[in-house]
Amino acid sequence: HSQSFTLTIDYTGTEPSSPCNKCLNVSWDSTPPCTCTINFTLEHAFESNVFMYYGLSNFYQNHRRYVKSRDDSQLNGDNSSLLNPSKECEPYRTNEDKPIAPCGAIANSMFNDTLELYRIDNDTRTPITLIKKGIAWWTDKNVKFRNPTGDGNNLTALFQGTTKPVNWPKPVYMLDSEPDNNGFINEDFIVWMRTAALPTFRKLYRLIERKNNFQPTLQAGKYSLDIAYNYPVHSFDGRKRMILSTISWMGGKNPFLGIAYITVGSICFFLGVVLLFIHHKYGNRNTSADIPN
Amino acid sequence: MSQGTAGGEGAPQVLPEGKERQRKRRRRKKKESKTRLVRSSLLLPEAEPEKSKGTVLACNRLKTTKYTALSFLPKNLFEQFHRLANVYFVFIALLNFVPAVNAFQPELALAPVLFILAVTAIKDLWEDYSRYRSDKEINHMECLVYSRTEKKYISRYWKEVKVGDFVQLRCNEIIPADILLLSSSDPDGLCHIETANLDGETNLKQRQVVRRFLELDSEFDPLKFTSVIECEKPNNDLSRFRGYIIHRSGKKDGLFKENLLLRGCTIRNTEEVAGIVIYAGHETKALLNNNGPRYKRSKLERQMNADVLWCVLILLIMCLFSAIGHGLWVWQYGEKKKPIFDVPGPNGKYLSPVLASVYLFLTMIIVFQVLIPISLYVSIEIVKICQVYFIHQDKDLYDEETDSQLQCRALNITEDLGQVQFIFSDKTGTLTENKMVFRRCTVSGIEYSHDDNAKRLAMYQEPDSEEEEAAPKGGTLSQRDSICSHQSIKVVHRSQSTKTHRRTGSRAEAKRASILSKHTAFSSPMEKDITPDPRLLEKVNECAKHLEVMRSHEQPLSHLSPELCDVFDFFIALTICNTVVVTAPNQPRQKVRDRFELKSPVKTIEDFIRRFTPSRLTSGSNSSSSSSLATSKSMHRFGLSTLSSTSTDSTLLKLEEKLAYSAQMNNNGYSSQQGRTALGGAPEEGELRYEAESPDEAALVYAARAYNCSLVGRLSDQVSVELPHLGTLNFEVLHTLGFDSVRKRMSVVVRHPLTDEINVYTKGADSVVMDLLLPCSSDDPRGKHQKKIRSKTQNYLNLYAVDGLRTLCIAKRVLSKEEYGCWLKTHLEAESSIENREELLFQSALRLERNLHLLGATGIEDRLQDGVPETIASLRKAGLQIWVLTGDKQETAVNIAYACKLLDHDEEIITLNAESPETCAVLLEQCLQCVESKFSNNTIDGATGSMTVGFTPLYPPSSPVLSSLGLVIDGRTLAYALEPTLEDKFLALAKRCRSVLCCRSTPLQKSMVVKLVRDKLKAMTLAIGDGANDVSMIQVADVGVGISGQEGMQAVMASDFAIPRFRHLEKLLLVHGHWCYSRLANMVLYFFYKNAMFVALLFWYQFYCGFSGSSMIDQWYLIFFNLFFSSLPQLVTGVLDKDVPAEVLIAVPQLYKSGQNMEEYQPHMFWMNMIDAMYQSLVCFFIPYFTYYDSEVDIFSWGTPITTIALFTIILHLAIETKTWTFLHWSSCIFSIILFFFVALVYNASCPVCHPPSNPYWTMERLMGDPMFYFTCIISPVVALLPRFLYRTLQGTLFPTQLQLGRQLSKLSPETRAQLLTELNVKETMCQTRLFADSFSPSLGSNASDCYKADNQSTPLPASPQTREALLREDTEADHKTDQTAAASPQGAVLYEENKLPSSAAALERSMGFREVQCGTAEVESLPVGTTFPWSSAVDQADFSLLKWITSTPLFSHIGTVLQVSSSSLQNEAQDSMCVLGSALHVDFKGLKEESSNNLQDKMKGTPTDHCKNDNSETTFL
Repeated sequence: HSQSFTLTIDYTGTEPSSPCNKCLNVSWDSTPPCTCTINFTLEHAFESNVFMYYGLSNFYQNHRRYVKSRDDSQLNGDNSSLLNPSKECEPYRTNEDKPIAPCGAIANSMFNDTLELYRIDNDTRTPITLIKKGIAWWTDKNVKFRNPTGDGNNLTALFQGTTKPVNWPKPVYMLDSEPDNNGFINEDFIVWMRTAALPTFRKLYRLIERKNNFQPTLQAGKYSLDIAYNYPVHSFDGRKRMILSTISWMGGKNPFLGIAYITVGSICFFLGVVLLFIHHKYGNRNTSADIPN
Repeated sequence: MSQGTAGGEGAPQVLPEGKERQRKRRRRKKKESKTRLVRSSLLLPEAEPEKSKGTVLACNRLKTTKYTALSFLPKNLFEQFHRLANVYFVFIALLNFVPAVNAFQPELALAPVLFILAVTAIKDLWEDYSRYRSDKEINHMECLVYSRTEKKYISRYWKEVKVGDFVQLRCNEIIPADILLLSSSDPDGLCHIETANLDGETNLKQRQVVRRFLELDSEFDPLKFTSVIECEKPNNDLSRFRGYIIHRSGKKDGLFKENLLLRGCTIRNTEEVAGIVIYAGHETKALLNNNGPRYKRSKLERQMNADVLWCVLILLIMCLFSAIGHGLWVWQYGEKKKPIFDVPGPNGKYLSPVLASVYLFLTMIIVFQVLIPISLYVSIEIVKICQVYFIHQDKDLYDEETDSQLQCRALNITEDLGQVQFIFSDKTGTLTENKMVFRRCTVSGIEYSHDDNAKRLAMYQEPDSEEEEAAPKGGTLSQRDSICSHQSIKVVHRSQSTKTHRRTGSRAEAKRASILSKHTAFSSPMEKDITPDPRLLEKVNECAKHLEVMRSHEQPLSHLSPELCDVFDFFIALTICNTVVVTAPNQPRQKVRDRFELKSPVKTIEDFIRRFTPSRLTSGSNSSSSSSLATSKSMHRFGLSTLSSTSTDSTLLKLEEKLAYSAQMNNNGYSSQQGRTALGGAPEEGELRYEAESPDEAALVYAARAYNCSLVGRLSDQVSVELPHLGTLNFEVLHTLGFDSVRKRMSVVVRHPLTDEINVYTKGADSVVMDLLLPCSSDDPRGKHQKKIRSKTQNYLNLYAVDGLRTLCIAKRVLSKEEYGCWLKTHLEAESSIENREELLFQSALRLERNLHLLGATGIEDRLQDGVPETIASLRKAGLQIWVLTGDKQETAVNIAYACKLLDHDEEIITLNAESPETCAVLLEQCLQCVESKFSNNTIDGATGSMTVGFTPLYPPSSPVLSSLGLVIDGRTLAYALEPTLEDKFLALAKRCRSVLCCRSTPLQKSMVVKLVRDKLKAMTLAIGDGANDVSMIQVADVGVGISGQEGMQAVMASDFAIPRFRHLEKLLLVHGHWCYSRLANMVLYFFYKNAMFVALLFWYQFYCGFSGSSMIDQWYLIFFNLFFSSLPQLVTGVLDKDVPAEVLIAVPQLYKSGQNMEEYQPHMFWMNMIDAMYQSLVCFFIPYFTYYDSEVDIFSWGTPITTIALFTIILHLAIETKTWTFLHWSSCIFSIILFFFVALVYNASCPVCHPPSNPYWTMERLMGDPMFYFTCIISPVVALLPRFLYRTLQGTLFPTQLQLGRQLSKLSPETRAQLLTELNVKETMCQTRLFADSFSPSLGSNASDCYKADNQSTPLPASPQTREALLREDTEADHKTDQTAAASPQGAVLYEENKLPSSAAALERSMGFREVQCGTAEVESLPVGTTFPWSSAVDQADFSLLKWITSTPLFSHIGTVLQVSSSSLQNEAQDSMCVLGSALHVDFKGLKEESSNNLQDKMKGTPTDHCKNDNSETTFL
């Protein structure tokens, strides 16, 4: 697994030729969702586990007011905060006199495209299993984010009295069918809530696990990406990408650090030689000779 | 104070009873009238005093605390907000509470400000608490206050004393308030006080009971005191008190400072005194004088503040840039398509781009606030306090002899010590010991050289082997400060000390004794024991015999020969013309004398008439004859003096009383003393101690005592002098006209007991007294004789001055009764006036002190302090320009200057003596032109010179002090030169000189000079002095240094630093000053760098967050980064870093120049650091940026590595800048890093929901499991610091600064270092001489030589190129052979300097074929300095223009004409004449040398008019 590969597919659809061009001016809650399919070919097989990301560009998730616009204690399952969210969430704190759960601009702007991956093998589309759990930090999933507590496990009841974020098509307790991935502890939600540092970022979307030792995770060949295009980025010139990547021991595939080390190492070596020479030539002279009056 | 308290410390609050509290709250009202009325508090009804007095006048409670429990918080905060930085930070913190702009959690943003405020508040609180405790101690001291109810004096606390109370004080008690003296147990109504607590003067001062109360027959009874006292409002003038006491009868009596006992002084020698409180508590003069430390701002701090302003500007630019960026960012999305991540305001509406950018501007100020270093001021304060602590710890700055050590009185200017450029020094007491030793005297034109005395003094100078075993300090040290040290102990110590003095004359003993007898000023055996000159002693004895015979035969005194008469008067004057107080060891004195015969100085005109009417005088003589019948001879004399001054209506009864009294006297102290003298041995006589205000007074009195003419008692009205054969003579003192620095003399008016004449004895500076002598006609032989005596005396005075002795002239004047009466009238008027009394008294003194008859002159030696020449040499090497400002006469000053190496014999001295402003202007102009021309040529020469010799010119050749020029200016000329029109020229001249000597300068002039240099040259000035006359100068200078010497504490009080000895200045400046400066400069620069680097990280981020003011660094790190994570290492470095070790700094004083030139913190360095900070932050930002580009990293998982990288970089940066590594350095750096990780880990694990908005839960933990984090953290600091490291390395190896070399020097082994240092010193002398030589440009060379030429008018000396070459060769040889150089270089270099010609001229000469002029190197070598000169260049045709220029300068105009004649002839036959001259050289060399040096000598000694007659001025080139 020494090699790591990355495949990036931009599906923003700004180019007229793009299959997703039709969805360019989609709104948040267009029903039925605009869907588009992008076909692509893998040149190399992805041997190890593959990480599937969605990437956004020109999206300022690090905007100061945006970053602030959340209520951590609400997300932690605090019941009073649930019904009375922090002022920081304004103007996404209440909607129609009901508290928004989860409140704030970050939650409100949650990425809601659905991506599905198919392997096209002789014109047959084999869906590839995308694992949606384990993409968030363990501490986030288990410590920081918690659903409200109360009688029973019925999330609908627990979120009683709250309303969904304005842009969301459905409330938070309907994010997923599995109870341990629903509500605030929905991992897609958790991942989104970890605001990116830079305006070009990617977020982990799904995992593709290697099934057995005889087959690479993703064989080379044709694939197609089905997109339920809900997330509008065209208005602010944003771009959306889907990224498939394997991960080396050092993390994602970014050659910068390696290049940097090689360059700096060479410079240091060169300077070391030069300095040694200089020291040899000038370093040992009589010190007193140089203290002039 | 008793109420102000230390707020939170739980200190016991002393809450006084309600009554006092009320009083405390009342504020003193401002009274309209100019005077204060004081009545006895006993007269008022018991209930009322509170109301009538307490409201208006301060009570005696001392309250120096600033705060009370209640007022502490508001008041302290108010004071802290005077500092602009605090206001700024609070403003920013408060800005965080505005939701629209807030960047951080508001509460968190307040934290650092509160922390800083709290630290300062705690410091203030602690200081206030210690003040409170000392106040409490003082307030609860007890004294005796008269109580009306109990009708006696009862013990009360000091704080309960009120104005108008009657206080009784016993011997050795401290005076609780300013008290008007109304009664004393002393029969003369005197009271002696010691003012050491007030002004540090250890001599006793006399105070006197208010006149009318003296005459009371009965015991003073407070209940009967009905008078009203009208006096000045409280003021801080210690030497003045004026007022009236108005008696019930309506009579007024004047009150003077002699009547006032000042708070803080100690009663001595007087058993019991009582008085009424005039000023209490904070209105006492002592407390009004206590202004506390002054706040000075150091140069570095000023520079730093300028850079802080730059930071503010940078901050504003950054904020503006961001704001505009944000506006554009918002604007680009337009109105319609607002992006999802742009959050509208709480009302759901989006901000307009303009409004958004306005808000953002404020937000950015909050985010970037770190750029203005909040902790900078606190850190600097901490560092300075630590620095002061370490300076205090320095054992080298402790003086065993005086048991004093350095005191830093100003905490905030330590770094100024490292940047001093000019030192202004007092001479007496600063350079010299201020131990005045009588050396020789001239009486009536005959000199007595006192050779034996000189031998005795030489003995003291010999090194003493006993020195080590001496110095028991223990028990005696605390005595001075102890409040009630027991008198008897002191007496024991004193007598011990005197005994030890007598037994051995060793210096160690003297040292020990001086420690023991701190109370006795100016009385080491060296000063006390004077071996009389046998010739003079004989004359004195003869004189006394004559007098005895004459008196027994009732002959008038005039039968004495004039010379003996003068001798007699001379010693009388020495004895009585002073203010020396005599104290006996068995004090307090028990004088048994009746009151009635007491007399005060003549105070009223009636008094005068009463005392001096002819009838009175005859009756006096009658009675004297009658008494002589009845009693012994000595009694007769006594009777004469006493009787002559008693009231006119002397009845028989009174006469009887008097006689009875006289008899009684004989049975008491006085007679026994007489008996002792009669015995001749007088062993106990030495027990009399003289307490003088100035050491020369004491020296003269001791000198007179050596001639058996000893002062045995001084009362306010009479002086008792004991004479051989004559016994005790009592001189009635009519007036004492005290010494002042304007008149420069003092006088006493006495009635002579033998002749009954009124004599004025004047003692003063010779320059003044010689002008006041009675003009004598040269016709009659007497006048001729007088004239001769005067000229002889003047000669001797000059001789004394050349020897460096302080000279004083003694003169007298005999007043007729009429003259006296006439003068007295005006004098009394002057005395009684309240308005401008000083001026009138001054005028009155001038009227009296004229037409004097010269008696003689004295020469007093003031020995140089240890190590002064070395210190001066060292300081001078350090590039300090030393100016000596002294009140002494020119010759004395010049000689002391030579003795302490301030002036060098091989340097040129410019002497400025001008009679009028015009001549002064002309003189200055001429000298300036000379010097300017010299320097303008020199700069070129200097550069080429250093090029050829091959060392790098590290300092620009325009550095002001290049050559050895000395300037001597006298007070009068200085006054002209300091006028606004001339000051620039004076300064231009003076700054060219290596040393400047201002003689005869007044205190005011001293401060004016300092001010001039400080303001006009923008130079860092240091003034050092020990006396009151230096106070103004010390206060004006940037750094004031006081010498805690013998002349009291005023200088120390005014100073910023007090050192025991002048020599301590060397270490204080060269080592501590350098360190403090270097540390602080580096720390300040580092501070700026650090904050800029940190803030720039945030700034770069704005480009990636839409300029929204977002920060990737967690707010906690952002806010506490400066305060906790990065502050400790820099504090440690700021306090402990030693860029060069102390030994090297002392050994190579040149290193000090780095401070003067501000090398550590030059203006461009701020910008260099800013650029470096920008680069480093770019690296620290973009390496993580590219590493994490397009990754799933969240803000704080990305920001935390950046913070870590920044911390590493910042600490490693400090590591590069740190010069000395100690354990503390290491541990502080490691601690900081560990602290950061610890805090980060704890903080990130502490709470999953806290700390919005960042909520960095588990970030650090996760990062630390990620290898990327470590890889990033390693490479970024390396890349960031590579340029700086490379620069430091290369520069340190290739172009090391002196400091770096010094550091290298310290790394060598001691032997090599010592060897190198000797080499260095040799080299340095060479460098100096070479520099000097270079500076010796032909123009001045010839100018200078033209002066000789003007004297000689013949035989110009050609200097041949060969000679020069030979010398050059020798110099280069010397370069290689260090051994030889040591011996040869000075001489060689001197020659070199003399003969050096500009290369152009030399080349021309060569081409003209002057080679035949030969001159043996050996012979040239033997030439003394200043005799050869490059004449050839002047007569050279090629340089003829130069000659023209020279002649065009006004100074040489008269020379010019001569030169023009000779040179025009030379033009025709240049070669021939030169050959002739050259050959003549061999022959005339020696003779010429002598001739010219003789001329020089003459010139030096002669009066100004001798030389440059045209302008009545003198310019001497040595």
